[in-house]
Amino acid sequence: MTDLDQLESQSVYILREAFNKIDRLALLWSIGKDSNVLLWLVRKAFFGKVPFPVVQLDTGMELPEVYEFRDVTARDWDLDLVIEQCPPESEMDPTLPPATRAAARKTEGLKALLKREQYQGIFVGIRRDEQATRAKERVFSPRALDGVWDFKDQPAEFWDHYKTRFAEGTHVRIHPLLHWTELDIWRYSKREGIPIVPLYFARDGKRYRSLGEKNITFPVDSSAANIDEIISELEITRTPERAGRSMDNETEDAFERLRSSGYM
Amino acid sequence: MTTPVSEIPASMRRQARIVIVGHVDHGKSTLIGRLLNDTQSLPDGKVEAVREMSRRRGMPFEWSFVMDALQAERDQGITIDTTQIHFRTKQRPYVIIDAPGHTEFLKNMVTGASSADAALLVIDAGEGALEQSRRHAYLLHLLGVKQVAVIVNKMDMVEFSQDRFDDVSAEIRAYLNEIGVAPGVIVPISARHGDNVVTRSENLPWFKGPTLVEALDAFKPVASEDELPLRLPIQDVYKPDERRILAGRIETGRLRVGDTLHFSPINRTAKIVSIEAWNRETAITATAGQSIGITLDQRIFVERGHVASLVSQRPIESHRLTVRLFWLASNPLTAGKTYTLKLATAEHRVSVEKIIEVLNIDDLTAGSADKVSRNEIADVVLHSRSLVAVDLAIDLPRTGRGVLLDGNDVVGGFVVTQADAVDARNLQRVEHAVTPTERSRANGHHGAVLWLTGLSGAGKSTIAMGLERTLFERGRQVYVLDGDGVRQGLNGDLGFSPEDRAENIRRVAETARLFAEAGMIVVTALISPTREDRARAREIGGAFFREIHVAADLETCESRDPKGLYRRARVGEIPDFTGVSAPYEAPEAAELVIDTGALAIDEAVAELVAFAEATTALKHPRDATDGPGDGI
Repeated sequence: MTDLDQLESQSVYILREAFNKIDRLALLWSIGKDSNVLLWLVRKAFFGKVPFPVVQLDTGMELPEVYEFRDVTARDWDLDLVIEQCPPESEMDPTLPPATRAAARKTEGLKALLKREQYQGIFVGIRRDEQATRAKERVFSPRALDGVWDFKDQPAEFWDHYKTRFAEGTHVRIHPLLHWTELDIWRYSKREGIPIVPLYFARDGKRYRSLGEKNITFPVDSSAANIDEIISELEITRTPERAGRSMDNETEDAFERLRSSGYM
Repeated sequence: MTTPVSEIPASMRRQARIVIVGHVDHGKSTLIGRLLNDTQSLPDGKVEAVREMSRRRGMPFEWSFVMDALQAERDQGITIDTTQIHFRTKQRPYVIIDAPGHTEFLKNMVTGASSADAALLVIDAGEGALEQSRRHAYLLHLLGVKQVAVIVNKMDMVEFSQDRFDDVSAEIRAYLNEIGVAPGVIVPISARHGDNVVTRSENLPWFKGPTLVEALDAFKPVASEDELPLRLPIQDVYKPDERRILAGRIETGRLRVGDTLHFSPINRTAKIVSIEAWNRETAITATAGQSIGITLDQRIFVERGHVASLVSQRPIESHRLTVRLFWLASNPLTAGKTYTLKLATAEHRVSVEKIIEVLNIDDLTAGSADKVSRNEIADVVLHSRSLVAVDLAIDLPRTGRGVLLDGNDVVGGFVVTQADAVDARNLQRVEHAVTPTERSRANGHHGAVLWLTGLSGAGKSTIAMGLERTLFERGRQVYVLDGDGVRQGLNGDLGFSPEDRAENIRRVAETARLFAEAGMIVVTALISPTREDRARAREIGGAFFREIHVAADLETCESRDPKGLYRRARVGEIPDFTGVSAPYEAPEAAELVIDTGALAIDEAVAELVAFAEATTALKHPRDATDGPGDGI
C-alpha cells in the first residue's frame, strides 16, 4: 500500500463507522478541494453512491466559478444537494472583528440547519495541518445542540474506537480527512482525477490556495497553473495555507473563538 | 517500485508518526517548538508571533507558545489536548503528536499516543523519571508503541553533567527493561537552547550518540502486517444493487478471490467471489490496512461484528477474557459491574468477574484491590454472555485489544492476555432456516423486549395491556409477559427468596429474548426492583432490550393498591415487600420514563406506543434488512 492508499483506507473506515452508527447524517460541502476529496471518498466507501444529503452553507458571497462548479457536480454525481441560506451579517455578534463576523454567518446557518433537520452527524472536511485549533480535533467530535465545542473535555479516541453514542439533543462532527495534509489532498486529487474549481490554478501570477467567500478571502502570489505545479510549490513554501483568509489573522484568538462557538 | 528511497523527495515518503510524552513541565512543548524552528518547518511569521505573545505576557521568548495555540493553554501554561504538527527532516516527513503530561489529561495522552509509530519519552535531567514518566512509558507499552527513544532534557540546568546523565539513563533503562520495552537510544539535549536537537552540541563533547533528529530518522516504519493470520472484522453489509457486499478493513493478513473464509463466532464458511471497489481496476487480492468490500458464494447471515479468517487460522472464541486494562473514567471499575466491550467492530455486554490485581506504576508491584480507579492499570477478568471472537494481544495486537464503554463513553482500554476457548462443537447454535431479516420483513417491524419496571401499583400491567391492544390493532406481533402469569406456570417452582426472585427475572428475560428473536414485540411487567437483576436482563436481551421505568411515587401507588398488597405489607402479612420493607432501586439510565403519577392511563399508553413504534420500526421499509447495510 502507498501512503495515499493508507490515507484513503483510513477515511473510508471512518465514513463507514459513521454510516453504521449514526442515524441522521449530512455532509458539509464547501466546494473547495478538501470537501471535494471528501465526497470522492464517500463514493469510494459506498460503492459509487452518496447515501446522505450534501449541504452547502450559502452566504451568497462565493465566487461565480464556485457556484458553477457546484451545479455541474451536483448533477453529474447525483447529489442530494441542500442549499442552506445563511442569515445576514447584521445579525452576527458585533464584538467579533469584521471578517470573523462575516465568517460567523456560516456558523449560524449551520445551527439553523441542525435545529430544523435534527441531523445527528455532520461530515466536515477539515484537516489537522490547516490551522492550530483544528489540530486539537477528534475524528468524532461531539457538540452541544448550540454547536459549542468543549475542547477542554474531549472523549478518549484510540485504536479507531470512536465516540458514536450521544445524549439526546447533541450532535457529532465527523472529520474523515483529519489526518490528511494539504499536499496529500493535491496528490490524491491528481491520482484520482477529482474535478477541481479552476480558481486554485494561477492566473496573472495569483491563485486561491484556500477558497472562501469573496469578501474575506484573497488569492496569493503563485505561478502554479496545474496540479503538478501546485505540488512543487507546496514542497518549498513556508506560507501558511490559510494566509489568504482574513478571519484567521484578525486577532490572536479570532479563529479559536469562531470554532468553539461551532464554526467548522 | 525500484526507485531508490534517496531519489524520492522527502515529502513524498511515508510520514512517520511520533508521539512525545513525559511528565508535565519536563519540556515537551518547548522541544517541539525548537524542533520545528531548527528544521525550518515553521510557517513565515510564526517566530515573530511567538515573540510578540511572549512579550505581551512579560515572559522571555517561549518556544512552547508555538504549540499552545489555544487561549486556555497559553493562560495555564500546560498542554490540554493532543496536538499534531507536521515537519520534515532531510530523511522524511513527520507528524508529531504532543501528548499532555498532566495526570488529569491521561485520556488525551492515550488518544495521541495510540496512533504513533514511535515515541520520544522526555525526562527532565534534574528530576529524573518521575511517576508520570513511568506511567507514560507503561502506557506506550500497552498501546503497542514499540519504538521508544528517551530524551533527557534540560541538560543546561545540570551543567551538561555526564554523571547526571548516566544516573538518569540507568534509572529509566532499568524501568523500561522491566516492562519489556527496549529503548532505542537515550539522548541528552537542551530544548531551550537547541543543544543536540538538530545540531551536535559543543556543550556535550562526551556524548557520542545521535542527535535527537538522527534518533528520529533511525526509527523504522511500522512493519507490514500482511504476513500475519488474516483477520477481517465485518464493519457493515451494503446492497448498492443486486450485490451483497461485506465491508470491512483487513486488520492483519491477506486474502484472495477464491479463498474460503470462516466467520466467527457464527461458525460458518463461504468462498470469496469478488473484491469490490469503485473507480478502481478490479483486484483479486487485498492486504492488511485496506478497507475493502467482498462478495461471497453463499448467502450466509454475516453482520457487523463477525470476524472473517482463513479456516486454518481462526480466532479464539471465548466467554471469559483476562485483560490488562487502563482506566480513564472518574467512576471506578468494580467487580460485578457491566460494560459494553468493543473489540474491532464487535460489541458485547460484559460483566467484571473479578479484579485480579492493580499495578503500582512506580515499582511495578501488584496488589489486590476491590476497584480500579482513574489512571490505574489492572488485570481483570471479564465475562461475556455472547461468544467473543478474539486473539491474544501478544499474537495479534490489533484484534487482541479493545475498549470498554459505560453508557455513551469510552471508559478504558485493554489488551487481552488470556482467553478461555470454548469448544465450538458443543456450542454450535442451529442456524435458522428463516433469517431475522426475513422475519422483520414479514412482520413489518423488528422484535424487541420492552422491560417495564416500577413499584407495585405504578400501572405496569395496565399500560402494558393498553400497549398490547393498540399495537395488536395496528397489526403488530405483540405479547405481554406478565409477572403474575409467569409465576403460575413457567416459574411455578420458584418462591420469593432473593435467589428465586433473581431466577424468576432471568427466566423471564430468556423467554422474552426468544419471543423477540421470533420477531415479536414482547412486553414484560415485573417490579424487578434491583439494578443488578435488570442489568442481567439487559445482558440477556442484548440489542432487543429497552428499559422503561413506570414511575409513580410510593404514596400514589399505595393509595391505588389495586391488589390490596400494600395494606397487607403494612400489617406485616407480606415480608420484603418492595417500597415498604424492601428497597426499589430506580433505573439510572432507562430508555424511557413514564410518569404515571402525572399522566392519565391513556396518555401513558400513548407515550409507550410511540416509543415502541419508534424502537421497532424498520429503518428502510421497502428493504427490511436488519440494521445497517440498507439504504445504499
